Amino acid sequence: MKVTQLTVFLENRSGRLAEVADLLGREGINIRGFSTTEAAEYGIVRLIVTDAEKGRDLLQGAGFTTHFSQVICVKVPDEPGGLARVLDELAAADVSIDYLYSISFQNICFAVRDIDRAIELLKDKVTLMTDDEVRAL
Amino acid sequence: MSAASAVRPPRDPDAAGGWYWDPRAERMSVDELRDVQTRRLQATLRQAMEHVPFYGARFREAGVTAADLDCPGAIADLPFTVKTDLRDNYPFGMFAVAREEVVRVHASSGTTGNPTVVGYTRDDVHIWSELIARTLAAGGLGPGDLLQNAYGYGLFTGGLGLHYGAELLGCTVLPISGGQTERQVKLMRDFNATGIACTPSYALYLAEAARDRGLAPDDLPVRVGYHGAEPWSNEMRVQIEAGLGIDALDIYGLSEMGGPGVAYECLCKNGMHVNEDHYLVEIVDPDTLAPLPEGAVGELVFTTLSRRAQPLIRYRTRDLCSLIYEPCACGRTSARMTKPVGRSDDMLIIRGVNVFPSQIEEVLMSLPDIEPHYQIVVDRKGHLDVVEVWIEVAEEIFPETMGGLERFERGVAKRIYEVLGIQVKVSLKEPRTIKRSEGKAVRVIDKRKLN
Repeated sequence: MKVTQLTVFLENRSGRLAEVADLLGREGINIRGFSTTEAAEYGIVRLIVTDAEKGRDLLQGAGFTTHFSQVICVKVPDEPGGLARVLDELAAADVSIDYLYSISFQNICFAVRDIDRAIELLKDKVTLMTDDEVRAL
Repeated sequence: MSAASAVRPPRDPDAAGGWYWDPRAERMSVDELRDVQTRRLQATLRQAMEHVPFYGARFREAGVTAADLDCPGAIADLPFTVKTDLRDNYPFGMFAVAREEVVRVHASSGTTGNPTVVGYTRDDVHIWSELIARTLAAGGLGPGDLLQNAYGYGLFTGGLGLHYGAELLGCTVLPISGGQTERQVKLMRDFNATGIACTPSYALYLAEAARDRGLAPDDLPVRVGYHGAEPWSNEMRVQIEAGLGIDALDIYGLSEMGGPGVAYECLCKNGMHVNEDHYLVEIVDPDTLAPLPEGAVGELVFTTLSRRAQPLIRYRTRDLCSLIYEPCACGRTSARMTKPVGRSDDMLIIRGVNVFPSQIEEVLMSLPDIEPHYQIVVDRKGHLDVVEVWIEVAEEIFPETMGGLERFERGVAKRIYEVLGIQVKVSLKEPRTIKRSEGKAVRVIDKRKLN
């Protein structure tokens, strides 16, 4: 039941994350889920992809520092308290969680420095959601 | 040796080049100077050959006999001495006198391996004080003045060197040592300090601290500063002078030669007067080691002429500069050295601490399981040298969590601090971001503009 996660070290330079996504996309590797964490100068991207081995080879070949680790993926009931039940189970047994992120990849949330400009750039190319639409998901 | 026995002219604070502590020595004719040098050189060479086994062997290997030492110009045929010779003879192997005759030892920071040790007889300490007295007088300081000595006291030669010289000159010394800026500013004003001795970067820091407390340069009693131990530019001089309202003078020395007092600027600020009656100076091509003519930039080489405990013959300082023999407007007859323009090795001076990139490399290589690609980036932000150590994150050292990466950065910085005594910022980089030239990584980028 273990899932292989691909982790990539990235410097905070614009376009770096796009390069990772491009590289995988061009080779037909689909990203099922991902998360990013960042410090002032660099960040870590965690990816669940359709072909982890091939993805790692590709990224290594392009000069990225990568890492494989084993994670658990859980289907969480889409209802109030759904996530809490999973977390309670682990907490009760004193199993601590290093990190967690959602892999429902259809909807993603961005934080950018210039939000208006990002909206302007994306609005004709992708479907942006309103606040209400997100809450109604 | 020549205590300042000659009759001293009355002190004239307005004199262009300060005043003379030892006018007979400082203004002797060039012919007389060469005579003094020849006499002292012969005694020094003999002392080294007979009493320092290292030199005895070195001269024998070079085929130099006792008779050769008396020839004028013998110096040019003698082998050079380098820093590792001192390390190899650690601790007291370079002494030319019995340990009992040595009244003081200083030592370099010696961050890896053995430090370099310097010994002084009572006479050596006295002459050192004489040379510092000349240095301070050339900036106009004298009896009645109060010198705030903010050089570090201890194994470093700056603190005690300036201290003894200032006392000999008749100054009141405030041995405040480095740091505690708040107290430096307060005591400078409360005690009416007229002179300050510290590194140039600390002088700028003090100026800023005074400004932050709402003090104008005119509110500070200090009128002259003596700044050495690290290279600094004329632009920096302008900033220090404006910030503290002083004349900022460069002083030059190195612990191997006994410390500060080797060369100093007078108020003409036109090159540093070399105390040629105590140090024979040469400029050589750092590659061929051939002597270079006046005005050519090359490596500065000194031979001690009066140090009894530890004579050093043709010591390679690794500092690159040139010499000026044209007489100075101040009336001193000695040759002057320009501000060093660089090093013939890769040594960096970071806030007064000597650092070789290889020392940082050793720390990195001592980390488990890695052979990191790294680069050292030195810059001056505000008035302080800042060092970043860039490390490419190879898969072997990729801890995979942010906490792990930050712990790694902190761990490396801490280790460097423990070994080298300098604070660095460790920055993690993606592989291949550090530029390689012809396959070989460029290890040091020094962005500090010194000239």
